[in-house]
Amino acid sequence: MRMVLKYLKEYLSWLYYQYLLITGIYVLEPWEQSIFNSVLFSSMAMVIYTSYVFVPVHVCLALEFLSGICGEQPESTMALIN
Amino acid sequence: MARTTLSIAPVPNGNRKIQLNGNHFKSAICKKNGYHNKAQKNITSHGARPPCSKQRFQRPESFEQAPMYVAVMTYLGFGIVTLFGYFRDFLRAVGLEKCHIAREREEQKDFVPLYQDFENFYTRNLYMRVRDSWNRPICSLPGPVFDVMERVSPDHNWTFSLTGKTIDNVINMGSYNYLGFAENNADFLKTVEDITQQYGLGVCSTRQEMGNLAIHEELEQLVATFLGVESSMILGMGFATNSMNIPALVGKGCLILSDELNHTSLILGARLSGATIRVFKHNNMQSLERLLREAVCTGQPRTHRPWKKIMIIVEGIYSMEGSVVRLPDIVALKMKYKAYLYLDEAHSIGAVGPTGRGVTELFGLDPSDIDVMMGTFTKSFGAAGGYIAGKKELVDYLRSYSHSAVYSSAMSPPVTEQILRAMKCIMGLDGTTIGLVRVQQLAENTHYFRSRLQEMGFIIYGNDDSPVVPILLYMPGKVVAFSRAMLKRKIGVVVVGFPATPITEARARFCLSAAHTKAMLDQVLFDLNEVGDDLCLKFSRRIFSPRPQQHNNNDDADSQIID
Repeated sequence: MRMVLKYLKEYLSWLYYQYLLITGIYVLEPWEQSIFNSVLFSSMAMVIYTSYVFVPVHVCLALEFLSGICGEQPESTMALIN
Repeated sequence: MARTTLSIAPVPNGNRKIQLNGNHFKSAICKKNGYHNKAQKNITSHGARPPCSKQRFQRPESFEQAPMYVAVMTYLGFGIVTLFGYFRDFLRAVGLEKCHIAREREEQKDFVPLYQDFENFYTRNLYMRVRDSWNRPICSLPGPVFDVMERVSPDHNWTFSLTGKTIDNVINMGSYNYLGFAENNADFLKTVEDITQQYGLGVCSTRQEMGNLAIHEELEQLVATFLGVESSMILGMGFATNSMNIPALVGKGCLILSDELNHTSLILGARLSGATIRVFKHNNMQSLERLLREAVCTGQPRTHRPWKKIMIIVEGIYSMEGSVVRLPDIVALKMKYKAYLYLDEAHSIGAVGPTGRGVTELFGLDPSDIDVMMGTFTKSFGAAGGYIAGKKELVDYLRSYSHSAVYSSAMSPPVTEQILRAMKCIMGLDGTTIGLVRVQQLAENTHYFRSRLQEMGFIIYGNDDSPVVPILLYMPGKVVAFSRAMLKRKIGVVVVGFPATPITEARARFCLSAAHTKAMLDQVLFDLNEVGDDLCLKFSRRIFSPRPQQHNNNDDADSQIID
């Protein structure tokens, strides 16, 4: 159990290291890294929250709109003939 | 060879007319030499070429392009650090942060500004953060292993202090010690010691006045014999050899066609001369031919008179790319269009060719095909200085008309003797085969190292014969992390970033040496493998089938690019 935890911790710290290298944050001073991380984290949190709150509603509305168009068409032509 | 003698011998007053073919027509193109730091390079991913009959003329050179996400991430990294740079500059301007850079005094604020802040933006905000990877002080001979002094910085690399401890036996992969002549073995240096006893250390004069010693003459003769030319001239500084001799060879009304990636000394020499400079794409013969045809057809920009001289300036091995010049093609072009060729063999003399004679020997060409052969003694010979070699009239002319030859101090006697003993060793004149063994050892090390690196999956640039091996790292964070990680494992590497390379192609440059044993190379390769996995540096998309023998032929017929 402890080995798994240790392995997991090591893997996570390696992932964090990769993130530092790729974004170029590695060269910055620690307080600048904290600023960048907090800005990134808060913006990601806002994106996730917004998508959680609004995306289902929008998807439902969109489906309704689309099914409304597909459903209406044969009815209106029948109405015209009659 | 009657045709070529007409085009080769330069007349002292430089009034040589180039033959015009066809009639004049107006040309709208006249480019001056741009900045060689801009990323104008045409990176084509040459795959593996199948071995062909003209193998010695077409060595495989690879410039593999990295996947798209790597370029995106590089730009992302630079963008974020630039943003933080602006933020820090703002803090410094407002006064919230102490400013470590040079500032004007309060009383001078109304004057014309002395320090242009924006030009140093990159230095202030990126280089200063990471400059512990450069200018590391060493405290031993820079042979295959050396000692590095440890230093710490309390304020993020603005100031350094030495701890007093040294990191011993760091494997040296950065020195231009191609044949291992940077050594302090007392037996080998016996003649140098004797010469120092005899002549002293300083010459205190120029060659023209009192400084022409007998060993200078001896060295010039030996260099001429070594290269297979008529005569040569020795100068005290390699950079000055280029920058001060090109103005003596060409002037206003001449045309210089220089390769995109030429060294700063060549660019400086070309600009000082006042000639028109046109740049052709790196090692690209179509580009060069097009420029030559244009130059011969249209002549000088406004007057359309024929150019007085057309000179092509190339290097033997380009040290940032590891690529070798296409000398046979250039010599063919030069003979066809009657231009002159200036070959800078700073890195290739002593390091390539079966007996170490440079790129002319590598391609099997006649040294008299090249008009001006230039080289330095800093790299393969473990000394300092440069030479210019060629026909006797050329060298005699340069002795009186070159600034460096006339005004600079003569080469110091121990340095001259070091070059003499190194050159005699390479040529075998001292009676041993040490020199030849070293040249062959270097070739073996080169092929082994390059093939192993390609198998591991790194992107390597350059020709398989060149002992300069650039490994592409691309991202700024990885460049720094690589340098620090390798030092921790006791391997000293040189990493290069912008502005010496294009902004997206930061690299680590390995310079192999004949003094590296296979054990050292294996150690370096093992550590490179681990660091490469740790930092995810293996971007190559080629698959190599494992080969049983890794030294001799490197035809790369068994690799293909996967997409």
